[in-house]
Amino acid sequence: MKTLVAYVENKPGVLNRVASLARRLAINIDSLTVGPTENDEIARMTVVVHTDEQGARRVQASLEKLVDVLLAENISGRPAVVRDLALIKVAADQKSRPHLMELVKVFRARVVDVAPESLILEVSGTVHKIDSLLEVLRPFGVLEMARTGSVAMTRGADLLQPPAAAEASAGCAVKPN
Amino acid sequence: MKRTGAEILCETLQRLGVKDIFGYPGGAILPTYDAIGRSQLHHVLVRHEQGATHMADGYARASGGVGVAMATSGPGATNMVTGIATAMLDSSPVVCITGQVSSKLLGSDAFQEIDITGITMPITKHNSIVSRAEDIARAVREAFVIAASGRPGPVLVDVTKDAQQGTCELDWEAATPKLPPKRLHPACEETEFARAVELLNSAKRPVILAGHGVQIAGAVRALEAFVRRGHFPVAMTLLGIGTFPATDPLNLGMMGMHGEAWVNRAIQESDLIVAVGMRFDDRVTGDLRTYATDARKIHIEIDRSEINKNVKVDAALVGDARELLEQLLPCLEPRDRSEWVEYIRTLKGHSAVRDIQSLPDSGHLYAAHVINDLWKETKGRALVVSDVGQHQMWEAQYYHHDRPRSLITSGGLGTMGFALPAAIGAKFAKPEDEVWVVVGDGGFQMTMCELATIVQEKINVKIAIINNGYLGMVRQWQEFFYDKRYVATPLVAPDFCALASAFGIRSEKVGTRGEVLPAIRKAREAAETVLLDFRVEQEDAVYPMVPAGAALHEMIRRPSPLVETATEP
Ligand SMILES: Cc1cc2nc3c(=O)[nH]c(=O)nc-3n(C[C@H](O)[C@H](O)[C@H](O)COP(=O)(O)OP(=O)(O)OC[C@H]3O[C@@H](n4cnc5c(N)ncnc54)[C@H](O)[C@@H]3O)c2cc1C
Ligand SMILES: Cc1ncc(C[n+]2csc(CCOP(=O)(O)OP(=O)(O)O)c2C)c(N)n1
Ligand SMILES: [Mg+2]
Repeated sequence: MKTLVAYVENKPGVLNRVASLARRLAINIDSLTVGPTENDEIARMTVVVHTDEQGARRVQASLEKLVDVLLAENISGRPAVVRDLALIKVAADQKSRPHLMELVKVFRARVVDVAPESLILEVSGTVHKIDSLLEVLRPFGVLEMARTGSVAMTRGADLLQPPAAAEASAGCAVKPN
Repeated sequence: MKRTGAEILCETLQRLGVKDIFGYPGGAILPTYDAIGRSQLHHVLVRHEQGATHMADGYARASGGVGVAMATSGPGATNMVTGIATAMLDSSPVVCITGQVSSKLLGSDAFQEIDITGITMPITKHNSIVSRAEDIARAVREAFVIAASGRPGPVLVDVTKDAQQGTCELDWEAATPKLPPKRLHPACEETEFARAVELLNSAKRPVILAGHGVQIAGAVRALEAFVRRGHFPVAMTLLGIGTFPATDPLNLGMMGMHGEAWVNRAIQESDLIVAVGMRFDDRVTGDLRTYATDARKIHIEIDRSEINKNVKVDAALVGDARELLEQLLPCLEPRDRSEWVEYIRTLKGHSAVRDIQSLPDSGHLYAAHVINDLWKETKGRALVVSDVGQHQMWEAQYYHHDRPRSLITSGGLGTMGFALPAAIGAKFAKPEDEVWVVVGDGGFQMTMCELATIVQEKINVKIAIINNGYLGMVRQWQEFFYDKRYVATPLVAPDFCALASAFGIRSEKVGTRGEVLPAIRKAREAAETVLLDFRVEQEDAVYPMVPAGAALHEMIRRPSPLVETATEP
């Protein structure tokens, strides 16, 4: 599994281009998240793909070839914070509720909705942490689940910034031989 | 002064230097056609929109500039798909402009509405849809920049009918292309450059692999200087033909599946490969596990995603071929590599006896003879546009091209039907050039409707049909790998000469070797299009051949009575 971060133009069709690219390279996307940045013309993507280092390099280079992609970086192997968020609706009655509350504490999840027969838990963390929570919740009855897919950021001084705007300089003059 | 979007579109094209547009009208593009009628643009009416894209492609490849194709929405746009894909795989700068239904109808399955930007997303370098007159000039200007810069490729601009009809001022300044800022990569990393220099200077058995990117970069002269200084033998890809003079002693010829035997052997025995502007296509490498295993590899390539894609390299120089070759030149220590070059020449000697050219005249007309005579008669100066199949390979083997952009052919997609329309486009780009179409009886039948375009435009191209009565290249595979079961490859064709005369085109049938030269001469003397129908040997095969997936040195060779007496090298 490889994680890539990309800055893209915030306009319709870009998501389609990225997804279409992965399909063309026959590489499975595990998750793909898009969100705004400080600049509303630019969006940030985190793409998690099923591939090896060589495949990740190809995805990275091919992504950067798309006109609408400003920068793409393969951050797998670099110190980074990678987080998922999940909402999990789990069956809960008088009897099970205290047990569930115990688990919520251990996993540093939050209860965001309480109903007579169920709870909604909100949990964020690594994919592994969320999977572990799910595992222990399953015996209680997981009724519904929504997960965001990963967002990622490299640690410390390793900054990923969109390149500054510059006039398109490339001309289209014939290069004589 | 307010103008319609359609007028702005025409004005923009003119300001970008466009003179000829290849297209076909229809409802959704009609406002633009009306404006074309009032402009200085010359519109070439094609007979099928696929032809329009191939013409724009041929125009681009012959000139080095951008070719423009135009079509209406729906079926007009979908007919362009094959031509766009052809341009994509061969990195050809083509701009396609399609009409689209009015923006308020988008998504309603309106008459002739089709999501052409969706359809062409994976086969264009970029595409966009424009729904306001104000955005047309910038979109078209951006399309030209994208198509021609970096690694070139096709760009499609879909313009809604209301955008064509809407009015606004044309503000050229405001319409300056504003492409998303890109991260700048250092042209080429220093360590890689240093490693490349070291490899170049220590190589004993180097081979340069020159590809299409050399012509695109305008690096033909830079390559020549580089080759002379290092005394490097040069092999070319199909699309690289013409990057280095074929008649130069350092030129080995074409590599790959149907490359000359000595070229492939030289590659397999080399200790250094320098790939310049080529992408290690599978037709070039054969089985990757056995490809040039003794060789270190340098890749000079503008597209980062091509590096280590098929062949793992020891030094990757990412950037423009011309700039990089010029930077490398002063670092090259002049070397005499005569021994290696001489060794390759001896390999060549062994192969020559198998050459069909050395066979005595048996009364049969071989395609190779036709091509070779064409080369001799035109002194290698013609601009040849070949189609796809056996004749394409024979053209590559027997027509010796000395100048860049003098062979135009569909390599990556291998699109049958490409040659005739692409030659029309090439003729518009190079009206002074002698343009020859070399096409099979199969491929010709795919786009022969464009003969009418030739007549309507009164242009002069010479057409050589290599008529073998078969889909020859496929028949050859059936002969070698399917026990000669010729399923769906015998091909009935019309009488091409009768067909030509129906279009008002002069023609001649040629059936023997002796008739070839006179027919070519007569055709060349004519100031108009002439079609020659060469009735060649039906079951001839292209040799040598590296079967798909085999190692480059595992070639099927021409069986010949002469081979018995030749000693195996
Ligand atoms: C029936 C058939 C048989 C074939 N048999 C053979 C065969 O035997 N041998 C053979 O060679 N081919 C053969 N081909 C063609 C083959 O499929 C490929 O099309 C061809 O090998 C590609 O050549 P290329 O890599 O030079 O060009 P392209 O595919 O056009 O690649 C050009 C490369 O140059 C790069 N480039 C572009 N601009 C620059 C620049 N400014 N600076 C640096 N790099 C740049 C591009 O990024 C790209 O990687 C055959 C095709 C058909 C249809
Ligand atoms: C549009 C298209 N369809 C199918 C093919 C597969 N194909 C490759 S070569 C060939 C035969 C070409 O026959 P012809 O034009 O007569 O040329 P020849 O090989 O006989 O010289 C075919 C069918 C192709 N390349 N393009
Ligand atoms: Mg044929």
